Formats: sequence, C-alpha cells, structure tokens
Amino acid sequence: MTEAMLLGLLLVPLLSALALALVGDRRLAPEVNILGSAVTFAASLRLAMEVHANGSFIGGGKFFFVDAFNISLAVLTAFVSLTTAIFSRRYMRREREHGRVGHYGMRFYHAMYQMFIFAMLLCLLTNNVGVLWIAMELATLSTVLLVSLYRTPTAIEAAWKYFILCGVGIAQALFGTVLLYFAAERVLGEGGDALLWTNLSQVSGQLEPTVLSLAFVFLMVGYGTKVGLAPLHNWLPDAHSEGPTPISAVLSGLLLNIALYALVRCKALVDGATGTRHAGNIMMGFGILSILVAAFSLLRQRDIKRMFSYSSIEHMGIATFAFGLGGPIATFGALLHMLVHSLAKSSIFFTVGHASQMNGTQEMSRIRGLFKGNPLVGWGLMLGVMAIVGLPPFGVFTSEFLILTATIKDAPAAAPFLLLGLGVAFAALLRRVQPMVSGAPPPWQTPLKAAHLPVLLHLALVLALGLYLPVFLSDWFRTAAELLR
Amino acid sequence: MNPELAARINSFLAALVLLTAFAMLAQRRMNGLIHLFAWQGLLLSVNTAIVGYVAARHHLYISSLLTLALKVVALPYILHVLIRRLRIHKEIEVVVNIPTTMLAGIGLVVFSYQLTSPIIQLSTMVTRSTLAVALATVLLGLLMMITRRHAVTQIIGFLALENGLFFAATSATYGMPLVVELGVALDILIAAFIFGIFFFHIHATFESLDVEQMARLKEGE
Repeated sequence: MTEAMLLGLLLVPLLSALALALVGDRRLAPEVNILGSAVTFAASLRLAMEVHANGSFIGGGKFFFVDAFNISLAVLTAFVSLTTAIFSRRYMRREREHGRVGHYGMRFYHAMYQMFIFAMLLCLLTNNVGVLWIAMELATLSTVLLVSLYRTPTAIEAAWKYFILCGVGIAQALFGTVLLYFAAERVLGEGGDALLWTNLSQVSGQLEPTVLSLAFVFLMVGYGTKVGLAPLHNWLPDAHSEGPTPISAVLSGLLLNIALYALVRCKALVDGATGTRHAGNIMMGFGILSILVAAFSLLRQRDIKRMFSYSSIEHMGIATFAFGLGGPIATFGALLHMLVHSLAKSSIFFTVGHASQMNGTQEMSRIRGLFKGNPLVGWGLMLGVMAIVGLPPFGVFTSEFLILTATIKDAPAAAPFLLLGLGVAFAALLRRVQPMVSGAPPPWQTPLKAAHLPVLLHLALVLALGLYLPVFLSDWFRTAAELLR
Repeated sequence: MNPELAARINSFLAALVLLTAFAMLAQRRMNGLIHLFAWQGLLLSVNTAIVGYVAARHHLYISSLLTLALKVVALPYILHVLIRRLRIHKEIEVVVNIPTTMLAGIGLVVFSYQLTSPIIQLSTMVTRSTLAVALATVLLGLLMMITRRHAVTQIIGFLALENGLFFAATSATYGMPLVVELGVALDILIAAFIFGIFFFHIHATFESLDVEQMARLKEGE
C-alpha cells in the first residue's frame, strides 16, 4: 500500500507530463494539469498519513526513503503545485489571449510544469545522493526554457544566466558528491548502496572527516547556488522576474526549499562525521550574508517581481542560518519557516501576477489603487506582505520568533545582524506596498477576474499556522529536528 | 596488465587531458575548440576503459562507451551543425588576454594539487594521482566560461567542466554507481538540446551569440 502510494506520487506527475505533451494546447489542458496535480497531492497526503502512523520507511528496494522531514516537504510541494496549477489556469489563459504565449508555448508550459514537479518530488523521496543530484539538475533543466517562455530579450538573458550559473553551481555539487562517495565507499563498499542516505547516516562516525569537510565546501557552493544564497544569488532575481508568474511562484515557493533540503541532509552527515560544527558554521555565514545582502537590495528595486525574489533570498538566508545554528528550537523554527515562507511567498506571487496583468506592467511606480481596482488582489497583496515581513499573528512571525530566540541563546553575536536584516526588509516591503494598494486606480488599469481560491487558501493557512500549530505537524517537525541532530 | 603500467598509462592520459584543457583555453577558433573537446572526450573514454580493465569494474566499460558516443561523437557533431547553421564557424572571438588566462590556469592547477593532497594520501587506488588533474580540469573549464564572451564557448567550457567531473569520478572511486552515471549522461543530453534551442533564440533576438549583448537586466536604479 505504502509502496503503491510512493510510486503513484512519482508516476502521476510523470505521466501527466507525457499526456500534456501529447494533447498539447487543447481547451482542457489546464484542467488536466490541475487534475494531475490534485491526484499527486492526494497521494502525498495518503503517504503522509502512513508515515504519521508507522514512522519512516524505506521502499522500492532501498531506492526510496520517507521520513518526517522529506514527507512534510513532499506534501508542501504537492499542495503548492496544485494551487499554482489552479492559479495558472486563469493567468495563462489571459497571457494567451494577450498574445504573449503561443500555441507551442502553452503545450510546453503544461508538460514542463508537471515534469518540474516530478523532478522535485524525486529529489525529496530518493534515498540515493547521486539520484538526488540528477533530479536537481532535471528540475533546473525543465524550468530553464519556461523562464524564457516569453522570448523577450530580457527573458532570454535571464534564462541563459539561470542555465549557466545553476549548471556550474550544480557541477560543484557533483564534485562534492564524488568526494562523498569516495569516503563512503571505503566504509560501505563499492556500488550504489554506498550512496544511500540511510546507510550513510548509520556510518557517519566512520567516514573520513578531512574528505567530508572538503566535500561539504563543494556541496555548499553547489546546492547553495540553487538555494539562492549570497554571493551566489545573481541568477535568482532575473529568473524570477522574467519568467511567467506561476513559475516564479513555484521557483520561490518550492525549488529553493528542495535545494535547501539537500544541503541540510549533507550538513547533518558532515557534522556527524567530523564531530565539529564546521558545516553548520559555514551555513550560518552564508545565511547571515544572504539576509543582509537581500534586505539592502530590497530597498533599490523598481520591478515588483524582482523585489519579492530578493525577499525569497532573505527568507532562504534565515532558514539556512537556522539550520546551521542547529539545536531543537532553531531546527524546528527553520522547518516551520520553510513551510510558511512557501505558502506566503507563492500567494504573494499569485497576487503580484494579477496586479501586473491589471496594470499591464511590473513597474511598481505604475501599479496603483489595487484596493479599489480589485479588493481581492489589493488585500491579498497587503496581507501577504504583512505575513512575509513577520507581523503577528501570521505563521512567519512564529518561526522567526523561534529562530531569534535560539539565536540569542546560542549565538548572541549573530542576533544584531539578523535583527538588522529583518528590520530593513520590514521597512522596505511595507513602504513599497503601501502606495501600490491605496489611492485611486490609474486610467490604464483594466478589470480582471482573479483566481480567488489559491490566494485565500494560502493566506488562511499561513494565518492558521500562526495561531495554532496542529499536533501532527509539530510532532513531525520535532522528529525531523531529532533526525537532523 | 600490471598495476604499475596501468598507473603510468593513467598518469600519461591525465597529462594529455590537462594539456587539452590548456589548449582549449588558448584556442581562438571555434572549430579548433570543438576538435579539442572531442579529443578530450576520447582520452577520457580510453582512460575509463583502461581503469575498468585494471580494476575489473565492468560497469566502467559502459561508461566508456557512453562517453565515446556522447562526448566524442554526438556533442561535437551537434556543435558543428549549430555553428554551421548559425554561420559562426569562422568567427575568431575576442579573448581576454591569453597569457594572463594561462597564468591563472597554472595557478588553478597548483591550487588543485594543494586541495586534493589529503585525499591522495588516503587513497590506495592506482588512479589516485589523477584526482588533482581532474579538479584542475573542472576549474579550467570554469575559467574558460568566465573569460570567454561567446555563448558557444561558454557551453564548451561547461562541457569541459563536466569532463573534469567525470574524470574525477573515475580516478577517485573507479566510477560512480552505474545508475548515477547514466542519469548524469541523460542530463547532459537534455542540456545539449536545451542549449541548441537557446543558441537559436539568442541568435534570433540579439543577432549575435556574444553574451556581452545580454546586459539589460541590471541591479536597481
């Protein structure tokens, strides 16, 4: 039963991708896309219930491995991909009507969307470090041409940058994986088994520390590029601002999480092997740098999607920092932060997409009067921004509060930098969003039928997670934090 | 074949791989660059087969054949077709000062030996001394991507970098598990199709494959 669910979770998006590539740009393609994502989401829920009842397990001849950490991310991935598919139905139809995407573009969009989801789920569920790398590269490749979907010079430039920088970055991660295999092979023997997470974590104490600390530097640079950590973040604002908005939502809300997941697993392994806090300290450094670089870059942005992609860098920095800090409270906070950031950020990208379609521009100076123009879009953006800057009672407040508490206790020297970054980002985002939502609608604004459900659902969940954390979720996070010690 | 001789052959091939990497850094012509890349692939393929024979790792024969098919035949062919279609095969691109690049390359080789010395001491394999060369090939590929301005050269640099990774996997561990090697080869193949499409897009949009043209996305004000 569990194996079937596991297989279903991976096969449904893969088969949907094939089906969507075959049927092409028919009238019902967006609905097929939604249906595929819905079935994937149902399978992930079912699998999560199994894990909740019976604990972690290894399936498919040791090829797959599910525990509290990756199943929570798999459910999140399936959920956000479902809501984004719902959002993209209206959004992409309008883009099509305005002639920004053609017939082949739409076919490609739907097929690659499902392919991307497949790649991300494979990343999460595989037990093999090498397959994780392959799936991560596949996730990059399936989104590269989506970023250049509009074929404008800037879109092509952004996609090229994304392709080259992430390709080079992830090549470093492969070198790190080779070194990891080199160390593991001496303990576990030759063959595929030496690359399994479950085997590696059992023998982490016997792995050669010098090799692993060298491997971690390469893994950090490689997967760190994908997480969008400063100073390796240059591709991220371009790719997020030039691609279609649903893709920005899943890139920000999901792909960055997946890369961080890989990094965190490596960190637990390396710190276990070296018996030091070497890997954790490197992550804390990258985290703090990202928070500060992103917060100050936020102030200078003019393009609305670009601004929110800097906000993603900031939040990924916070989560990376907290995972690096380690300990039960910080890790719990980091896991919660990944969850609430994904939900809040994708809902922001949904409303941003609507807002820029209404005003026909992504320039913030030309977006005005959203409250009056379309209350859902206006309030959605306002509430989303309030959530993302960490105002109570939204969930981001809870996670940031936990992380700050742990920082003040365990690494007080880092606390001022963290607070400075959070403060600057808070001021920058609220100052920018205020003129966009208030005032009278400008003459160039056109009315729009917005996709209500995804935005409202995400915001409600972020709010609910701030008010009350369900027991099964806190159990999962606590178990995951235990696993990552 | 005794291990002594195998180690010698391996070192000799490693030296040749490094030589091709440097030759690519200095090469100005597009055609020459693609030829050098194919040569590098051939050296890797031969090396993999020899290591597979000496260490009795039969899955390395598959990797060797895969390398031969992909990096010696398919990719150079695709690149040749692309540059002919886009009429850039005679274009001599402007390189940022070759002597400086070569000096930086030598620095990278020294750095690679320094970085991998603890690992080389740990290893008992006949191929251990070539890990430094593998890392150097990776870094030289990276250097080529940074110092060149042409989309096609950037891609060749990227593929050379991938060659270095493959070389590292063979010399450090007698190759990664087969499933990983196959997956990596598949990824490279998909990447090849994507950059093929990209060359046309870039060419159609910017009327040149000079990456310098792509500088519209700038920071802030």
